[in-house]
Amino acid sequence: MLRGFWKLTWVETKVFLREPLGVIGSLGIPVIIFIVLGRAQGSRTLGNEAMGEAPFNLPILAALFIALGAAVSLVAIISLYREGGFLKRLRATPLSPVTILGAHVFVKLVLTVVGLALLTLVGRRFLPGAMDVDLLSFTAALLLSTVSILSLGFVIASLVPTARFAQPIGTGLLYPMIAVSGLFFPLEQLPPAIRVVAYGLPTTHAVSLMQGVWDGAGWGAHWVSVVALILIFGVCTGLSTKVFRWE
Amino acid sequence: MPSPVMTVSHLGKRYGSTVAVKDVSFDIQPGEIFGLIGPNGAGKTTTMECVEGLRRPDRGQITVLGLDPQRDAAELRTRIGVQHQEAHLQKRIKVWEAVDLWASLYAEVADTDVLLSQLGLNAKRNAWFVNLSGGQKQRLFIALALIHGPEVLFLDELTTGLDPQARHAIWDLIRHIRDRGTTIFLTTHLMEEAERLCDRVGIIEHGELIEIGTPAALVAKHCPERSVIFTSDEPDVAERVQSVPAVTSVEHNGSTYTLRGEGEDFVTDVINAIAHQSIRIKGFRTETPTLEEVFLKLTGHGFRD
Repeated sequence: MLRGFWKLTWVETKVFLREPLGVIGSLGIPVIIFIVLGRAQGSRTLGNEAMGEAPFNLPILAALFIALGAAVSLVAIISLYREGGFLKRLRATPLSPVTILGAHVFVKLVLTVVGLALLTLVGRRFLPGAMDVDLLSFTAALLLSTVSILSLGFVIASLVPTARFAQPIGTGLLYPMIAVSGLFFPLEQLPPAIRVVAYGLPTTHAVSLMQGVWDGAGWGAHWVSVVALILIFGVCTGLSTKVFRWE
Repeated sequence: MPSPVMTVSHLGKRYGSTVAVKDVSFDIQPGEIFGLIGPNGAGKTTTMECVEGLRRPDRGQITVLGLDPQRDAAELRTRIGVQHQEAHLQKRIKVWEAVDLWASLYAEVADTDVLLSQLGLNAKRNAWFVNLSGGQKQRLFIALALIHGPEVLFLDELTTGLDPQARHAIWDLIRHIRDRGTTIFLTTHLMEEAERLCDRVGIIEHGELIEIGTPAALVAKHCPERSVIFTSDEPDVAERVQSVPAVTSVEHNGSTYTLRGEGEDFVTDVINAIAHQSIRIKGFRTETPTLEEVFLKLTGHGFRD
């Protein structure tokens, strides 16, 4: 049912664009954070050469915000559709459940790429040197990270009791992961217990992989992060098929 | 008699320790409107969703169009159309987009423009779902359910929450769909809807089917009593009609007289007696019990308990 997949993807995209708050939250906020913090840090501390002076890598933070925003939005949409009986109604059509959820993941991945493109454009215009990176490789790293984070989003979407709580619970569970992702302080400085948790979170490996790409290292040098992201994706997807609720 | 479109026998379904459906059996014939009626929580929706293949029954056999709803789920979905209770679409999906999306899910589809005009939605093609009225939303759901020309249409609490005008419009629509050859299985907790729309009804309570038949047959079987109510200013009216054999009781309140009795000839006998006695009457009407009263009698409680 490929035709159904593209149709659903296209409809979901249009529906998303008609919700101004959703667009601002998913695309606007990361870009604004990027510019405001970038200006505050001073563009000289950004980019490859000056990375040592910067307190943290701002583009990676903004990219993470895009991925996490996509996951929070996914959690909210899934729970809203579940509560409204829309998922159940679609299941009564020949469309397969995997296609239904796949279309949502696809929309979020496209959104992630658009968000990154916006960052790049804005970066080139307002923060010279801020986005000097192998964009293709960085995009691939961000997409892999997003897929992994979205799969965690599906687990959260299964646990959220009602649509009303979806947004706050999704936000409350996902965004704090940035704090222990290694972006602000090295993981070695974290207490051992928290460090264990951090290694189980997709954001940690996402930061490590994106930082690696940023520093110019190949994917081979960061195979542990790649494997971890894939592993988290596998575990979360497996778990989702067990606990996911359609109604 | 042609073979039934669907057969449900000894269906049982529980959720954890709650028994939703205990033992339900019925057939639906081609081209009929069959209604499952009962209060909320009686097991109507669960029964319907087992038949649609959306839920796996714990016990019993179901055959729809010769198919097993679980084993042949994929084929069944292309041959039935469903509308769920209190369903929603994306808030900001346009009417035509929803129809277009649904049309893309089936190999063969009806002419969507014709469908939209038949359902009176043409003027709302570009409206967002969230801006439709309750009746328009339900008509859109019917359109989505009909898009692939299904042989059986499932309607769960279709008119709940609609105003009387919208409800009547939807009933007309359902009759038209049936007249074009689609078999319809619906649930409702509105007795009036069941009585006016359904060819046959099944009364379900606490997960068990307690009665099944045409509305008229159920009324005749369980509530055979009829009433004649008339007004007259003449003296001694009560005594003068008392002698009619079919009359079991006479009550009067001022000049209004209520006669109760049973049997097919009851109303005729009363009219003849009034004519024979040359009683001048100002008003005359008869009252037949409704399904609501049948339900009350069968269950011992009112419908919205």
